[in-house]
Amino acid sequence: MENGEGVVKKFCYINRKAPYGTIYALESLEVVLIAAAFDQDISLVFADDGVYQLTKGQDTDGIGMKNFSKTYTALGDYDIKKVYVEKESLEERGLSAEDLQALKYEDEDDDWAEKDSLFVVGREDLVKIIDEQDVVLSF
Amino acid sequence: MKFGIVINEGPYTHQASDSALQFVKAALHKGHEIFRVFFYHDGVNNGTSLGVPPQDDRNLTLEWSGLAEKHGLDLVVCVAAAQRRGVLDEDEMGRHGKSANNLAPGFRISGLGQLIEAGIQADRLVTFGD
Repeated sequence: MENGEGVVKKFCYINRKAPYGTIYALESLEVVLIAAAFDQDISLVFADDGVYQLTKGQDTDGIGMKNFSKTYTALGDYDIKKVYVEKESLEERGLSAEDLQALKYEDEDDDWAEKDSLFVVGREDLVKIIDEQDVVLSF
Repeated sequence: MKFGIVINEGPYTHQASDSALQFVKAALHKGHEIFRVFFYHDGVNNGTSLGVPPQDDRNLTLEWSGLAEKHGLDLVVCVAAAQRRGVLDEDEMGRHGKSANNLAPGFRISGLGQLIEAGIQADRLVTFGD
């Protein structure tokens, strides 16, 4: 990085919209993939209709749009280990953790053991997580 | 204070660009620094020089260009978002074999890394949009 070398800030990307009704989800994912190259401390939050972005079995054939849901499962390869899904947002939509894709990463400090990177957290805990961030980008 | 600004919505449809413009003017007036203004999503449409709003209304693109010239603002339009929406500078026009370019004066096209860098460098990154 030409500027700010060595600076590590806590970046949080909040995803609040359904995956295909608007372009926000897709373009937010593009930001996150670029951001991963900057060696910052990254967290992702999925809340409100944003929880639909992570659901299993998405099929976009009927709407003629690109299905980008598989990209989320590659986030672990980009060293993104903290993905928080709001519990209340799931419940309000009749969803549970079982409806979501498994997100994993390989822990280099633990003989590359595969570990979960998706955490379902309650609204109050999510407030604390967001409060700890330096930079919050909401899409 | 050093501010980074993100504008996520297009002009006129949404107030984001107006609010950001007022914010930037007020911040500069108070002696703050604007590290960068980054245009993303439909916000890239703020950078087209081809808009012709009615004469009795504001022209947001001209306002941004004027502010950039006066204060040396760095107005960055995201390349990926701009390509999707047909906002091109001369280089992009050539690269993609298009017949025209429309990036307004004072704006430049660059990558999403510029947004992340603004988040790192600025004391506060302020987003305008929904």
